[in-house]
Amino acid sequence: MKHTISLLVENSVGSLLRIAGMFSGRGFNIDSISVGASEEKGMSRMTIVTQGDDEIIEQINKQLHKCINVIKVFDLTQEAFVHRELALIKVKATQAERLEIMQIVEVFRAKIIDICPSGLTVETTGTEDKINAIISMLRPFGLKEVSRTGRIAVKRDFQGSVN
Amino acid sequence: MFVTTAPTAEKNRINKAERTAAPVLTGAEIFIESLVKEGVDTIFGYPGGALIGLYDYLYKNNQLRHLLVTHEQGGAHAADGYARATGKPGVVLVTSGPGATNTVTGIATAFMDSIPLLVFTGQVPSNMIGNDAFQEADILGITRPITKHSFLVRDVADLADTIHKAFHIAVTGRPGPVLVDLPKDMLAAKTTYFPSKNIDLPGYKPTVKGSFRQVRNAAGLLQSAKKPVIYVGGGAILSNAAKEVTEFARKLNAPVTTTLLGLGIFPETDDLSLGMLGMHGTWYANKAVDDCDLLIAIGARFDDRVTGNLKKFSPHSKKMQIDIDPSCIGKNVPVDLPIVGDIKTVLAELNTCVESCDSSEWLQEIAQWKIEHPLRYREIEGSLKPQQVIEALSKATKGNAIIASDVGQHQMWVAQWYQFTQPRSHLSSGGLGTMGFGVPAALGAQVGKPDRTVIGIVGDGGFQMTSMEIATAVRYNIPVKYVILNNGYLGMVRQWQQIFFDKRYSNTHLNPTNPDFKKLAESYGAFSLRVKNIEELHDAFDKMLAIDDRPVVLDVWVSPEENVFPMIPANGSFADILEGNE
Ligand SMILES: Cc1ncc(C[n+]2csc(CCOP(=O)(O)OP(=O)(O)O)c2C)c(N)n1
Ligand SMILES: [Mg+2]
Repeated sequence: MKHTISLLVENSVGSLLRIAGMFSGRGFNIDSISVGASEEKGMSRMTIVTQGDDEIIEQINKQLHKCINVIKVFDLTQEAFVHRELALIKVKATQAERLEIMQIVEVFRAKIIDICPSGLTVETTGTEDKINAIISMLRPFGLKEVSRTGRIAVKRDFQGSVN
Repeated sequence: MFVTTAPTAEKNRINKAERTAAPVLTGAEIFIESLVKEGVDTIFGYPGGALIGLYDYLYKNNQLRHLLVTHEQGGAHAADGYARATGKPGVVLVTSGPGATNTVTGIATAFMDSIPLLVFTGQVPSNMIGNDAFQEADILGITRPITKHSFLVRDVADLADTIHKAFHIAVTGRPGPVLVDLPKDMLAAKTTYFPSKNIDLPGYKPTVKGSFRQVRNAAGLLQSAKKPVIYVGGGAILSNAAKEVTEFARKLNAPVTTTLLGLGIFPETDDLSLGMLGMHGTWYANKAVDDCDLLIAIGARFDDRVTGNLKKFSPHSKKMQIDIDPSCIGKNVPVDLPIVGDIKTVLAELNTCVESCDSSEWLQEIAQWKIEHPLRYREIEGSLKPQQVIEALSKATKGNAIIASDVGQHQMWVAQWYQFTQPRSHLSSGGLGTMGFGVPAALGAQVGKPDRTVIGIVGDGGFQMTSMEIATAVRYNIPVKYVILNNGYLGMVRQWQQIFFDKRYSNTHLNPTNPDFKKLAESYGAFSLRVKNIEELHDAFDKMLAIDDRPVVLDVWVSPEENVFPMIPANGSFADILEGNE
């Protein structure tokens, strides 16, 4: 099963390497990992998406707790949480194709953030599914470059439905 | 986390005043000061370019005893042996690049056995890091998976706090090696020496006390057992819990088996002792584990050399496990009742409420197995059996020596035939199985325990991996003793080749090219004897035990193709146990 684990870690190069090294050394999967500054000074928040059966996930959580640079471990999968990914997609576009691409972008509520004679750059945020969908819609035009952040996530404080 | 309140503001003011009064020292002076403050008396080290400035301070300052080892690997193992024997952290100091990389095997050995080790490595100056400078190695990167934690000092103002954090991490919780990388300029730079009063490690809070509810639950489970077995590992030794383990076993009236690293936690002379379990454990320890209805793991991690095939391991029992490291619990074997905490603390608590269980029939059954399936070997006129040597040594030293073993057949014979009665008396590389551990570990143990008899028991193969440390023992008149069980083979590998590969002895012959160990030892300045029969053996032991001013090496020729039994082949179960025909 897929698990999304959010970590509060000391902000140092060593932290990222220790955590990534622990995953590879113990044969755990990393589907994605993303890091950036958190709300606390000197601390980063890291979101890791991983997979495994219950025993493996339990070991992953325990081993993360053991890393000295890791301050807090939240396995968000146990609770309601929201998650997003950002993607920048450079797609080829002839004059004639531009309009069609812009329509796709609109349907996905994405944005065009750069344009040049040979193509467009699209920015989109959403779940992995949504990003996969827009990428597959744009693929036929010719993808020049795709850059994705991997999942970031936070726990929902209001555990009811917000729809 | 960074909330400031009025009292802290007040504290800050006082701090400021103290800081102005604090002395200005170089990094090298702070290094020495901080180690002294940590209670370090001995460091094992080897100098070089990156540390030459620090060594100048060591020359001028005599608060720390620095022992010059002969190879940095030996330095790391010696510090490890010192730590295992004394319970204090071992300290290693080596230069950058090759000095640092030479410690890697020693660090990995300590890591696998959770030994508190502080490894200080010189590093090229900060501004040259990453330039492939002379004698630069990314030692933090190299050792990341084999250290509990590591630090690179980037600002001399952090040096003192970093050193104290490193010690704290190494010795608390589940202990382990911690590496501190010291760029050359950090040791030369000056700063106000003003270490923090408290260690600030927000991500590090080992659980010491066991959950009250779990301890109560455990008491219930224990009382209902009819066939309990207590299975004790190295964690109990690290926690200094021998007294508590013994009291627990006697109160519950349950038999005790130990892992290789747990030997000595419970007197093997006691009727409740089953000796060691696992691949080369006693028949009756393995039988008891196979049959029991409750297995109580104390500071033991269900390693594959203990369990064999996990699916068939102790199939009828409930499992209870006490360990300070939550990641050890339920990692290999599902556990019915886990208690996370320090073993000494948890057992002390448990001992207040545990009563004897109804184990008398079980104990009778076990007593019968001990009679029917004892450890055994066949003596042969005119040749020395390795088991005989260890048995004789156990008698000659009344089970009171500190024994460091290397890795191989001799290591298993030590575990089987030396009757350990005290903790921290059996030092062995269990997790990593490092040949070359024995010689320097015994040396380090003797340095830490000058009043005990310390004997390294090594194979003729492993001895040659670190035998140069005899030079260190001679240099400082350390009266450590070595007994080489010289069988002319990489015996343990040969045994597997004999049993599983139809006697194809591929690259396991050491003779006729083994050196003359007696001459080798004498050339270093050690006392040495060659031993070929039982009379010579007794005589040699008498002489060896009487020497107290230099190292002793006994080259003991034992029967070459002796095998270690019992043996449960790798990934086997109790049903597969081989008792041998000896
Ligand atoms: C550094 C290292 N290399 C290789 C091994 C594999 N190994 C385990 S036991 C052994 C043979 C040891 O021979 P010796 O030291 O003569 O001891 P004996 O088994 O004969 O008692 C070997 C090669 C090891 N454990 N460690
Ligand atoms: Mg040998």
